[in-house]
Amino acid sequence: MDMQVAKKKLGLKERYAVMTRGLDWKPSYQKMEDIYPYIAYEGIKIHDWDKWEDPFRLTMDAYWKYQSEKERKLYSVLDAYVQSNGHLNVTDARYLNTVKLFVSGISPLEYVAHRGFTHAGRQFPGAGPRVACLMQALDEIRHAQTQVHAISNYNKYYNGMHDFHHAHDRVWFLSVPKSFFDDAITAGPFEFMVAIGFSFEYVLTNLLFVPFVSGAAYNGDMGTMTFGFSAQSDEARHMTLGLEVIKFILQQDPANVPIVQRWIDKWTWRGYRVLTLVAMMMDYMLPKRTMSWKEAWEIYFEQNGGALFKDLARYGIKMPDCTAQIALEKDHLSHQAWSTFYNYAAASNFHTWMPDEDEMAWLSAKYPNSFDKLYRPRYEFWREQAAKGNRFYNKTLPMLCQTCQIPLVFTEPGDPTKICYREVDYKAEKYHFCSDPCKKIFEDEPEKYVQAWLPVHQIYQGNCFPEGTDPTAPGFDPLAAVLKYYNLEHGRDNLDFDVSEDKKNFEAWRGQATKNV
Amino acid sequence: MAVAALKEYQFAPADTMDKFHGAQLLYIGWEDHLMFCAPFAFPFPPTMRFGDIITGVLPGAYGYHPDFAQIDWKNVYWFKSGTPWTPDFNKSLAENGLKHKDVIRFHTPGLHGIKGSCN
Repeated sequence: MDMQVAKKKLGLKERYAVMTRGLDWKPSYQKMEDIYPYIAYEGIKIHDWDKWEDPFRLTMDAYWKYQSEKERKLYSVLDAYVQSNGHLNVTDARYLNTVKLFVSGISPLEYVAHRGFTHAGRQFPGAGPRVACLMQALDEIRHAQTQVHAISNYNKYYNGMHDFHHAHDRVWFLSVPKSFFDDAITAGPFEFMVAIGFSFEYVLTNLLFVPFVSGAAYNGDMGTMTFGFSAQSDEARHMTLGLEVIKFILQQDPANVPIVQRWIDKWTWRGYRVLTLVAMMMDYMLPKRTMSWKEAWEIYFEQNGGALFKDLARYGIKMPDCTAQIALEKDHLSHQAWSTFYNYAAASNFHTWMPDEDEMAWLSAKYPNSFDKLYRPRYEFWREQAAKGNRFYNKTLPMLCQTCQIPLVFTEPGDPTKICYREVDYKAEKYHFCSDPCKKIFEDEPEKYVQAWLPVHQIYQGNCFPEGTDPTAPGFDPLAAVLKYYNLEHGRDNLDFDVSEDKKNFEAWRGQATKNV
Repeated sequence: MAVAALKEYQFAPADTMDKFHGAQLLYIGWEDHLMFCAPFAFPFPPTMRFGDIITGVLPGAYGYHPDFAQIDWKNVYWFKSGTPWTPDFNKSLAENGLKHKDVIRFHTPGLHGIKGSCN
């Protein structure tokens, strides 16, 4: 009698092999270079894709099961938070501006990251990195969705986030994160992986997620905090992938080292410039602070990043030169950024305000070398003027950096009283920059950055008004027309927090929740 | 260096003067007054008289600052692309040699912002 022998289940390792590399095949009637057309032009040489060590052993079926479980938990917490009017438990309504900044500045980048990893994954001939990219691409689109879902609950009550994606593609300061990611996804697959997978996800991500998520936790925003915890295990995987990518490329060929070094230099700086928004969020926008920007930079970059670059030295990679300039800027970055948004509060989708006495004391304690001398006199003047009904609204458009697209608000390295101006003449046109690293990035690839969609120039070209606007009509108000184009309502979505509907509503609603009125 | 690309990579610059409806861009910065977070960008016709910027435009841009009313324009030092430069107030931007996307700054002796803090 034939015995029916139960088939042995595959072990984890075999199962992983079958479900990833086992899915790959050698093409027989198409040439490799036709199937993977983007793999050679960046100059990166890969000799053996099988040398790729998978940094984590996750198969698609396990991914699916694991993620759906996590999301079920996330959505049940979000439901409970919403049903209990959790929004009234945040420290104060100023906090909500952090959420507005996040959903219009960061969440759309998650979506673009999804596209970027899908593209990079498609282009890699190795099955290992392809599967890893696929999973990260799915993570990124899930993060975009869960962030939007978590934050959409605030949109029911507060202003400025009703059309965040429309804003992301148009509002002047949002061109900074947008152009950063556009730069990355228009690069080749290897540069994309170094830019986003390594420089952003590995080197800088702790400076983005830790401040936002711990900021949410400190300020009673359980929705955003829960999203953050839910994404954390994915982020850990992204960091592992980013590091594996860089080591793999460097080990494959010594000729790859200078190319990778240039990308690391470029993308550390590009990423750092985007983190300007995080710096001001940490030092000004969280009613209950977690730590200062300067402290965060010292812990997450100077200490952790320092150890990382020591580790990479054996591959011939060194710490990017720009970090010396970043160290000089850490006493100034957040103050210069907040001043910028205070200047242009009439054209933003969130509110700004002057720090109160206690907050000023915190700032001068955290920034003993700079705050009292340079920034306190400015703030005290603004505060006095606002008290007299003369709040400062700067209505003249600023000069922008051709590379990072931030107004020229940064000061000379070593002299915080002088604006840093840099310029280059290229093919009979002049281009301006906020810093030496931004100038260098332009000079390396001028043809890419001459195309930059600089919001100020676009406004002056007449491209940022609603269709049918006649800028030559008598009494034409350009700011009003630009706000319409942004789909922002003057007096509601913009201006100072003190005169905002958000402030008024939050006080009234919290009053109803905590008092017998 | 050139952009690494699969095909020829040449695109027109986005901000050439022909796109500004007859205007040219001029960037202006006021030294030691960082309350204005960045230099300003203005679209001006090349035929505009330089002095009209001082009397007609800058008051709207910088007038909020208590130092602005005290500026003695005869004693102001100018810089173009960082090097000393002397404009003729009665001549046009073009006659003053100002081209599209030039950057000028002015330094106001004795006026260094709120309580001398460069703000």
